Amino acid sequence: MKITDQLVEKHGLKKDEFENIKKLLGREPNLLELGIFSAMWNEHCSYKSSRLHLKKLPIAGEQVIQGPGENAGVIDIGDDDAIVFKIESHNHPSYIEPYQGAATGVGGILRDVFTMGARPIALLNSIHFGAPDHPKTKSLLNGVVSGIGGYGNCIGIPTVGGETKFNETYNENILVNAMAVGHAKKNKIFYSKAKGLNKSVVYVGSKTGRDGIHGASMASAEFDEESEEKKPTVQVGDPFTEKLLMEACLELMKDNSIISIQDMGAAGLTSSSVEMASKGSLGIELDLEKVPCREENMTPYEMMLSESQERMLIILEDGKENSAKKIFDKWDLDFVIIGKTTNTNKLILKFNNKIEGEIPIEALASKAPVYDRKWIKKKPSKIKVDLKNLKKIKIEDALIKILSSPNHSNKSWVTNQYDQMVMCDTAQKSGSDAAIIRIHNKDKAIAVSVDSSANYCKSSPLTGGKQIVCENWRNLIAVGAKPLAITNCLNFGNPENKEIMGEFAECINGIKEACEFLNYPVVSGNVSFYNGTNNKNIYPTPVIGGVGLIQKLTKPINHYFKKENSSIIVIGKTIGHIEQSCFLKENYSINEGLPPEINLLNEKNNGESLLKLIEKNLVLSSHDISNGGLITALCEMTFSSNFGAKIYKPKKLTNMFKYFFGEDQGRYIIEIEAENLPKVEKILKDDKIYYENIGFTQKEKFEIEGELNILTKDLFKINNEWYNKY
Amino acid sequence: MRSSVIVFPGSNCDRDIAVALEKMQFKNQMVWHKETKLPKSDLIVIPGGFSYGDYLRSGAIAGKSLIINEVKNAANSGCLILGICNGFQILTETGLLRGTLLRNKNLKFINKDVYVKVTNNNSKFTNKYKKDQILNLNIAHNEGNYFTDQKHLDELKNNNLIAFRYCDEKGSINDFYNPNGSLENIAGIFNSKKNILGMMPHPERMVDEIISNKDGVNLFSSLLN
Repeated sequence: MKITDQLVEKHGLKKDEFENIKKLLGREPNLLELGIFSAMWNEHCSYKSSRLHLKKLPIAGEQVIQGPGENAGVIDIGDDDAIVFKIESHNHPSYIEPYQGAATGVGGILRDVFTMGARPIALLNSIHFGAPDHPKTKSLLNGVVSGIGGYGNCIGIPTVGGETKFNETYNENILVNAMAVGHAKKNKIFYSKAKGLNKSVVYVGSKTGRDGIHGASMASAEFDEESEEKKPTVQVGDPFTEKLLMEACLELMKDNSIISIQDMGAAGLTSSSVEMASKGSLGIELDLEKVPCREENMTPYEMMLSESQERMLIILEDGKENSAKKIFDKWDLDFVIIGKTTNTNKLILKFNNKIEGEIPIEALASKAPVYDRKWIKKKPSKIKVDLKNLKKIKIEDALIKILSSPNHSNKSWVTNQYDQMVMCDTAQKSGSDAAIIRIHNKDKAIAVSVDSSANYCKSSPLTGGKQIVCENWRNLIAVGAKPLAITNCLNFGNPENKEIMGEFAECINGIKEACEFLNYPVVSGNVSFYNGTNNKNIYPTPVIGGVGLIQKLTKPINHYFKKENSSIIVIGKTIGHIEQSCFLKENYSINEGLPPEINLLNEKNNGESLLKLIEKNLVLSSHDISNGGLITALCEMTFSSNFGAKIYKPKKLTNMFKYFFGEDQGRYIIEIEAENLPKVEKILKDDKIYYENIGFTQKEKFEIEGELNILTKDLFKINNEWYNKY
Repeated sequence: MRSSVIVFPGSNCDRDIAVALEKMQFKNQMVWHKETKLPKSDLIVIPGGFSYGDYLRSGAIAGKSLIINEVKNAANSGCLILGICNGFQILTETGLLRGTLLRNKNLKFINKDVYVKVTNNNSKFTNKYKKDQILNLNIAHNEGNYFTDQKHLDELKNNNLIAFRYCDEKGSINDFYNPNGSLENIAGIFNSKKNILGMMPHPERMVDEIISNKDGVNLFSSLLN
């Protein structure tokens, strides 16, 4: 087949990229080779627009066993335990087919984790939808939530946390980011780097079908005529097979059969084989007629580019083929030797003994394009919002408006669709600042949280980048965990637009600054560009997934008030930053001005001091203050418990709205047994931490002296209405 | 006491129940679905999960598996059988328990802690509970909406074969506290000889205070009694 300009374009390759391919090959590629280049050189696999910026992120630390570049990051949590984790996006497929898109997003990220030898122990997600009144939102929400649940529930990994947000910026492009966390033995981590010549390359798992070929971007006329049947471009998930594949892989990993292992994710067989060979500086040769196929007459092109789910590629030690096959037979899964490692440094694809494609590995990996795209800094907004100019409202009404809004409503409609308890190590379900998962058969536990702040990032990408790392850090601290490392999913618009690229570059700078300061390295992640439709780009939405360690879990800390007459203390200073607050957004639809600044030194000191208090068992409950400010956080502490609070009239700050709704960073609310107050105050004073004693807990009512007096059960009811009425 | 946990492809609460049984000092063995012989057991547990992906219909394929014949034989000779969640669905598919589990009323998967009332504490499975004791147990299922014909329902009621019913915090049984639409708020039933119990809530998830509560403990200690 003649490779026309049109065909090149349909493969998403630019003219100069195609010229470069011809130079690297010394000839024109055939269709199969073109398809392989297009799969490896696309943004998703090559990170060509982001690579230069990602290099800036801190990736090392004494807690890091494996940073970015592998299937997932690995950190040390002491003894012989390691935690393996990563977050990934599945935005475009989920918009086209929400159930399968979201489900396969979960499946894909799980494979990244168990490929490395870890048993997955928790799933989290960050999902962003358009405005609730947009005609597609309701069905997308329904589909995505049941897809996430459908996959995780069936495979039997608890979905323990996440966030569900609405904003019209996602009307035409929702975000579905899934994070998986696994536990492994430190000396039993498996990597994708191939080693040794003439080793068997084994295909295991589901059969290959025509689903997912080239995702949504590919639809050539020639191609259509040749294909018997048009399948949707979104892959179809089969969590049952994934469960079998997971158990079989983990069983095989118990002995020393595996040299290297890689899941077939994006770009399926192509990227998995190239990645293994490239990391091992080897060649790889595949006999494609041996690939187990689901459909008849599949061509090499289709096999190499299919994104059928639940498949793995394994390179085995010599002589282990039979014992390995037995395990996969037990689980009724395909196990076929489809090729071998070679010293040619080439990817050689044979079909019925005829060479159909031959590409130097480095042309697909290290020589893939890298772009230093133009970017510009965002001009900071100078707008200050003067509350005096706004229509007067009552504190109570403003609060109710926030609590009943889609973004702040109780999310049990969502989380009740996820099995949060399976595996019986979930010590803290979603709904608190972070989820807590006990390490099986041990006293220790990890805390996990996923966070994003697109509004802050839109108005100031640099501050937003910093803020989101800090908020995530704070969420782990609030449940008594020492934050160790993060994974990030960077959801942005079109990188060829210099303003969007500027948002990306500045967000990365912010993330870098905060991660460095907090010793909170990035160990894995994913970039998703081109989120937008018809030149309308989404808000910059970096999503941070953090993991922290609780050395000895005796009683999980959450944010619910525990008893009457305890003291309520706010750690961190309340200045009253009101721009970019929920208060202005929900009550006045004002989105202007800058987000609250981040003071990294205070952030670190406040967090570390609180961790000290929790470790000394001085804290009954604790909550970070974020969107909605102090008053919203206080209300949340009254939910699901019988205790309310009485808050004194603030002394220093005259504007009540700024005091109660301002979103100053680095703050926490803690509940302290009254008799422990002196001890706590001494520690905070010794640590030079700014704190305020703002009131005490009481039965049933939430009160602010002279301003507000409302039954907590009424607040709870208000908070629970939106989803059930939607 | 010797227990066997049947593991189907797609079972996912097998480890959880094994942990609970061992914690309660059962001598437990895992039995793979392709086995044709059961080890000597006083108790057989069919755990929760999605056996064979729950494709076709929840529990339908497991109900026809090799090992299930052995389970039926054991049941007929009086061995104690406990089916939890998917295990309950499988037991109804095999005919060891009557009735069926339909899609939840709201057509969604439901995972939450619910209250159930011990309506019969006169059984091998429930004798350590007080009559009408209220338990807080976790449910996690898509198809937990128990249904049976009127004749069988009368039989269940007349012979006191309903083990657990969904209720509110104070024990009142009403529609509002029926999470999945089950007939008469049924959460678990016995067969006529009361050597078989099928239940949707997960007692194995309630044996550890750090994780949840200990309301499931007495089910296991009843069996040891």
